[in-house]
Formats: sequence, C-alpha cells, structure tokens
Amino acid sequence: MESYLLSTILFSPLIGGLLLLFLPGANKDLVRRAALVVSLVPFVLTLVAWFGFDAASVADGFRYQEQYTWYEAINSSFHIGVDGLSMSMVLLTTLLTPLAILASFTIEEKPRVFFFLFLALETGMLGVFMSLDLLLFFVFWEIGLVPMYFLIDQWGNKKGERELWNGMKMASRRYASFKFMVYTMAGSLGLLLAIQLLGVLSGTFDLIVLFQTWPDLNVTILGLDTSQVKAIAFWAFALAFAIKVPIWPFHTWLPDAHTEAPTAGSMILAGVLLKLGAYGFLRLVLPLYPEQAQAAAGVLALLATLAIIFGAFSAYAQDDFKRLVAYSSVNHMGFVVLGIAAAAYAAGTESATIALNGAVLQMFNHGISAAGMFFLVGVIYDRTHTRDLNEMGGLFPLVPVYGGLLILTSMASLGLPGLNGFVSEFLVVRGAWPIFTLFTALSMLGLLFTGAYVLKGVAKTLHGPLNEVWKGKLTDINRRELLVMAPLVLLMLWLGFWPAWLLDIINQAVVAFFG
Amino acid sequence: MDLPILSIIVFLPIVSGFALLLFPSERRDLIYRFALAVAFICFVLSIAVYIGFDIEGARFQFIEKYDWLPDLGISYHVGVDGISTPLVLLTGIVIFTGVIISQRIDDRPREFFAFLFILASGVFGVFVALDLFGLFFFYEIAVFPMYLLIALWGWKETREYAAMKLTLYLFIGSVVALVGALAMYFEAGIGSFDMLALEQINFSLGFQQLWFPFVYLGFAVLGGIFPFHNWSPDGHVAAPTAVSMFHAGVLMKLGAFAALRVGILLMPEGAAYHFPWIIALTLVNVVYGAFIAMNQTDLKYMIGFSSVSHMGLVALGFATLTYDGFVGASLQMVSHGVMTALFFAVVGMIYDQSHTRQIPELGGLMKVMPFAGVAFIIGGLVSMGMPGFSGFIAEFPIFMGAWASYPLVAILAVVSIVITAAYVLRAVGGVFFGDIPENIKDHMHDITASEKLALSILAVVLVGVGVLPGVMVPMVESGVAWMSALLGGL
Repeated sequence: MESYLLSTILFSPLIGGLLLLFLPGANKDLVRRAALVVSLVPFVLTLVAWFGFDAASVADGFRYQEQYTWYEAINSSFHIGVDGLSMSMVLLTTLLTPLAILASFTIEEKPRVFFFLFLALETGMLGVFMSLDLLLFFVFWEIGLVPMYFLIDQWGNKKGERELWNGMKMASRRYASFKFMVYTMAGSLGLLLAIQLLGVLSGTFDLIVLFQTWPDLNVTILGLDTSQVKAIAFWAFALAFAIKVPIWPFHTWLPDAHTEAPTAGSMILAGVLLKLGAYGFLRLVLPLYPEQAQAAAGVLALLATLAIIFGAFSAYAQDDFKRLVAYSSVNHMGFVVLGIAAAAYAAGTESATIALNGAVLQMFNHGISAAGMFFLVGVIYDRTHTRDLNEMGGLFPLVPVYGGLLILTSMASLGLPGLNGFVSEFLVVRGAWPIFTLFTALSMLGLLFTGAYVLKGVAKTLHGPLNEVWKGKLTDINRRELLVMAPLVLLMLWLGFWPAWLLDIINQAVVAFFG
Repeated sequence: MDLPILSIIVFLPIVSGFALLLFPSERRDLIYRFALAVAFICFVLSIAVYIGFDIEGARFQFIEKYDWLPDLGISYHVGVDGISTPLVLLTGIVIFTGVIISQRIDDRPREFFAFLFILASGVFGVFVALDLFGLFFFYEIAVFPMYLLIALWGWKETREYAAMKLTLYLFIGSVVALVGALAMYFEAGIGSFDMLALEQINFSLGFQQLWFPFVYLGFAVLGGIFPFHNWSPDGHVAAPTAVSMFHAGVLMKLGAFAALRVGILLMPEGAAYHFPWIIALTLVNVVYGAFIAMNQTDLKYMIGFSSVSHMGLVALGFATLTYDGFVGASLQMVSHGVMTALFFAVVGMIYDQSHTRQIPELGGLMKVMPFAGVAFIIGGLVSMGMPGFSGFIAEFPIFMGAWASYPLVAILAVVSIVITAAYVLRAVGGVFFGDIPENIKDHMHDITASEKLALSILAVVLVGVGVLPGVMVPMVESGVAWMSALLGGL
C-alpha cells in the first residue's frame, strides 16, 4: 500500500468526484454526503502518510516517491514525492477540502457538478505540492484553474454588474472569473516558456536531477550569457508565482475573485490556492536560482513590505466584509514573501532558516485562519444577505456563539500571542530582522494597521448600536457550521500553544532542502 | 498481413459513394444507414491499422505496390509510417462522427454522402500514398468534391463565393506544387515518381533552393499558411457541418502533411535554406490568427480563424527542423483535427436548432444541451493548450523545438495561448451560460443520443492523448526517428 500511497491521495478526489456525477442528481442530500465522504478519503490517507513520515530515511529527502513513464518523448515522467514542506501543504489541502465541502451543504444549484469541480480542484492542488517533475508541476498548476474558474463563474455571487468600456456591462462573477483565469494564465506564460527552456537546455524535467545540475549549468541562447539567461528565466518563474501569491502590485485579481466566489471557493482560494505561489518560490525558485534570487531578494522584500502595508490600508478602507478579508490575505501573504526574500538573501544562515520556518508555518496558519474568516463571512452573509459592514452592527447579542468565533478567528489572524498567527509572524520577523532590518521594521508597523482593520471588521459587525433590521431575524451559528469551525479553531489554539508538532517536520525539510 | 487493408480503406468510400447513387433517392433512411455502415467500417479499419502498426517495425508498413503506368514510372504504392498512421485514424474518426451527425441532411442526402465519401477516399489516399503521382491524384480527388459540397449544401449567404474561393486557392496551390514535383521528377532522372526512391536522390543545393518554395508553399496553402489562409475561414463558415468537420479536421492536414512529405523530406536543404523566413509567416499565422479569432462574433468564423492559428503551430513545428518540433507538429495535426471536428459538430448542432451562430444571440445552452456544452468546453480547453488535454501534449514539444532553433519565435508565439484562452472563455460564457434568449428558447432541445456518441468519440481522443500521451506519442516518435535518420539528424 505504501508504494501507492501518494498517488492514491492524489487521484482519489478526482475519481470520487467523477463517480459523484453518476449519483441521482435529485437526491441532493445523498450527493452532499457522498462528496464529504469522498473528500475524507484523501484526508485519512494523508494522516497515515503524516504519521509514517520519516524524512531522514531517504537520501534526497523526498518520501513516498513514485515514478512512472508519462511523456517519454521529452523526458518527462510522472514523478511524485513529498518532503516536510510539501507534506504540510498536502495536510492543509486535504484538511480544508472536507471543511469547504461541509460548508457548501447549502448549495442547491447543481450540487453534483459543484462537488465534482471541487474535488477535481483538490487533485490539481495536491498535484502541485507533490510533483517532482517540472512539467508535471506545470500540468497541475494550470489544471487547477479550470475548476476554480467555473466555481466562481457558475456558483459565484449572483448579484452585481461590472461596467466595462463603452457602457458595456458584465455580470460581476463573470468578470471576476475571467480576470482570475486570464490573469493567471498570462502570468504562467513566462513560466511555461522558462520550463521549456529548462527542458531544452538540460534535457530533463526531473526536479531531483535539476536541483543538482541546473544551478551550475552553463547556458547560452540568443547570444545572451549564462547569467542573463538565468536572470530572465528567474523573473519568468518569479512573475508567475508572484501573481498567484499575490505579491503587490499583481494582486488585483484577488479581491474580485474572492468577493464573487462562493464561500467554499473563497476558503480554498485563500486557504490553499495562494499557497501554490509561495510554494513555487520555495520549491522551485530558491533551489533552481539561488544566485538570481539573492540578487532580487531586496526587490522581493520591498514588494512584500508594500504588500503588508498597502494590503492593510486597503483592507481598512473596505466596507464590504468579504473584500476586507480578501485584502487581509494580501497583507498576510506579504509576511510569507518577506520570509522567503530574507532566506534568498542570506541562504544558509541561521536567520534564513528561521525566516523560512516562519514563512512555511505562516502559509499553514494563514490557510487555517483565512479559511475560517471567509467561512464566517459566509455564515453571516447567508443570514443577512449583505456583506456591507455599514448595514450590520451590534449583532453580538443576537449571535453570541458566532460572535465569539469571529473574535477568536480575527485575533488569530491579527497575530495575538497564544494563537497560531503569532508564532509564524514572529519567526518571520525574527529571521528577517538581521537581514532586512528596515523592511522588517516597516512591516511591523504594518502590523498595527492589521490590528486596525481586523478590529474594524469585528466592531462593525458585532459591536456598536444594533441595526434594528436584524432584530429577531438572525439565528446563531448552527451545528453543521460549528462542525466546520471546530477543527479550524482547534488548530488555531493548538498551533498557538504548541507549534512544535508541525515546525519539526517543516524545519527538517528546510534544513535538508536549503541547508 | 495479407488483407490489403490500406487499399480497402482508400477505395471503400469512393466505391460506396458511387454505389449510393444507385439507391432510390426517396429511401432516405436506407441511404443514411448505408452511409453510416460504410463510415463505421472505415472507422474500424483505421483503428485496425493504428493497432496493427508495429512501432519497432519497419518505417513503412501495410505496404502495397503495383505497377500502374510503368512507362512513366508511376506505380500504385501505398504504406503508412508513424506519422501517417495517426492521421489515417483521425480521418476514420472524422468520417464516422461526421456521418453520424449528418442525419438531418434533408436536401439530396444521397448525393451529399456520395460526395462526402469521394472526399474521404481522396484524403485517405493522400495520407497513404508513397508515389508522388498518386499523391497528387488523390489530392485533387479530395479538393474537387469540396466545391460541390459547399456550393450545393452550404450556408446560402456565402456558399458560392466561398466554394469558388476555396477551389481557386487550392487548385492554384496544387498546380504550383505540381510544377515543383515535375521539376524534381526530371531533375532526378530515374524515371520514377516513387517518393522512397526520390528521397534517396540528393538534389543539388541550387535546385533545392530554387524549387523548395514552390512545392512547400503550394501545399501549405491548404495548410492555411499566412498570407494564403483567407480561403479557409470562409470555407469553414459556408460549409455544412460534416464538411466543416472534414475541412478543418482533416483537409487542412493534407496540406501540412504533403508539404512535409514532398517538400521537407525530398528537399531538406532547400527547407533549411528557406525556413528562416517561412517560420516568420507561421508566427504570423499563430498570433495574428488568434487575434482575428478573438474579434469574431460568428462562432464558425471564430473557430475558422482559430484553425488558422493552430495550423500555424503545425507549420511552425516543422519549420523548426528539430526532433521535438516534428513530434509536436505531427501530434498537433491529430489533436487539432479532432478538436475542430468537435467544435464544428457542436456549432452545427446549435445552428440546426437556433438558426444563428452569433455569440451575442445565443446563451444559456448548458441548460438544454449540457452534453454538447461539456464537449465544447473540452474542445476549448484543448484549444487553449490546457495541460491534461491533447493540445498541451502537442504544443509543448513544438515550443521546445522553437526554443532550440528560434528562441524569439517561441517567446512571441506563446502569446497566442492567452489570447486563445480569452476568446474560448468568451465563447463558452456567451453561448452556454447566462440565460437563453427568448426568441430561440422554444426551438432549443437536447441533442440526440447518436450525436452524443459522436461527441464522446471525439472527446475521448482529446482527453486520452492528453492524460496518457503514451497511446500516441511513441508511434509519432518512431516516424520522426526515421525521418531524422533520413535527414541526417534533426
């Protein structure tokens, strides 16, 4: 069983999703439950993999490797495996997907197709985290766009129109999904070209080989010398990942996509999809282009700082609750990038290791708390049918349990000590401080504004004078919704008090991979 | 194998076509069933060839050779290699699915299917011909019924114009190519039209440099190369559905295939000399074609120009003169053929019901014909080169080939991918999602089971090759490997 463990985790959602399509569509409850069961399969198997994970036992650090012939003509194979870095992301993905599916039990429109797309998306995301072949990485990287596009386009927010040029109008969700797809695809063109270039110049797409050979390979093309070619390829990689993270100023697709996506779509978008970009930096950019990354680290750190500050400002300026949370992702992912930039600049030092640990942990943490935040926004939207903060207010007495959860999740997002966000942001800042002192200092100032917008969100919904409209109309969070929140809350507390269970595995990978 | 399977594939359609004319014209049901049976046999035989082809075996297989006009060195010589075998399969798929969805042809179905089968014979013939004369012979057989099919059964608004334009373009192209071919025949001086013999003649450099453009461009007109692509979208639009499927799916491949077989393989040095500027033309095809496609509101024009763009990638792949480029271009011929056949089939189904192909006048069709919608989306994903579908498998090596020979071309051509994504998404959104316009609402209904079967066959190929490239790539590679040996390395 162990030898097929990863591929089973990888393909079980897709296959289960396809089977879902054969269920009777009229019985929506059956479809929902079946989808939940299907999504629990990869989760349970991931736990098996997690507890059997022992990175030290293999030479190259990647456990559970599988390799099959796939596209022999161009020397690309189906090669998957996980180290601590990918393992934690796989865990995040397989954990969030069942929760997102549970959160979507209210979907009435074509639930079969909805859940199929969701499960296909899971396979796409898992594939990115598991790939040990550059071409395969790209395959999964792109394929994940398709289900997300349709999730936003078909199940997104029904209201709203977007004015285009010449008075032309377009449904907001169509605009957002189109922008998401085309923006990301355009960003990936450079990545595609650079991957082809790598393949042509090195004759292989296997990452284990490329990690060894590519950084020292001498390449010339178009009359450019090695350093120029690599610099261009580096920027091509970096741009694709920067758009996905998203790094300021490439973030503009994100608030639109988030606002229009269905709740579960936002949970996965913020929880996992954004991590793909950061993962790309860690898995591909740093090891393949150590020199170029070092040269560009300053720019990255600057952009990360701007993302932190502007993200916070923009979030504060929003009156739309969901948009506020969306911008908070820009703000929080800034810390991930700051950590990566610091590690790129001072590769191999102790500070770099700390910063990297922080960055990866922050990826996990943000996945948990952002998914929680988006879910809670969805919960209140389901009841009030508005996301406008000005129309809420004073809801705490009406929905006390919900209020408590919102405050807790907000605090986790804000980085309150004792909750998960604090640990990772502290590690990033601690690691980056000696490397980029000024940027780190500015980022910490940015944290103040983080506090401001988080509190704004909480205050505008829960506190202040009660908006009389809602009196007697709101019901508190129900059992199913509690079930979605429970694992997230548990993790927020657990990771806040005792992050070592996760950090150990991450650290092992960081030391082995970047040491 | 003793059964002359290639000859059966080539001549069965044309013989059945003439036999059809003997049927009483009012027995429409019988005519349709007979046509369907013939098409099915072609389909099965093409699968048999595909499965029977031994990748480890000789370069050409299923060879048959008989003297025809021995005094002139003309023989009936057929055989398939790793590149033409998938194309024979493609033709089998398109003829079968094309006949399936032509059930509702009510204007003279007997003659329609007769001409369609003559066309199919011509196409099969070109793919299997190993004699230069035979190749031209079949080539003309393929072009001539197109005129009638479009002019008689086409879209009333433009059919005469389009049919005339198409025929003139293609005949002029083939005459130019024929002149080049005759020049080769006389220059070689071996008194033979046999292509395998001609491959062994090393024509002088000067000769190749002079005559390569004639042969190559003459055929490439049919492949839709810029600036001679203009006949193609007009032809697509005017043609009836099954003919559009044939036209974009198979006929355009004839051009690219003949340009490879007669142009590049017989005059490789001429190719190497001229490709630096020809590749610029293909680049225009790829990028400009995509932009024009984005500007269309008529679905058929959109797909027509997207064909120009995608066929440009085929020509581009060959023009790189690299191993990867050849593999990719050969795959792209099959992938694009199946994909456009799928597109045109779906558009035909929509048009039959709604009588419009304008994207703004359509909408919400996912609600009434979800199967067609999903098929169209799969075609769209292939078109935009989405990984997991055959388009990606084909385009990736083409770009790798371009990187190896003309890096700048790769960088510029890649823009087409995102433009393609934009127009495909626009079409998908406009036609299948949203609300159904009131004026067509009552006409729209789901497609029939047999139409679903046709779309399934096409979609399975697109997904199958995309997920498991091993089902087709090794065969293509074997063909390319032989060519590489012939050309002294690619």
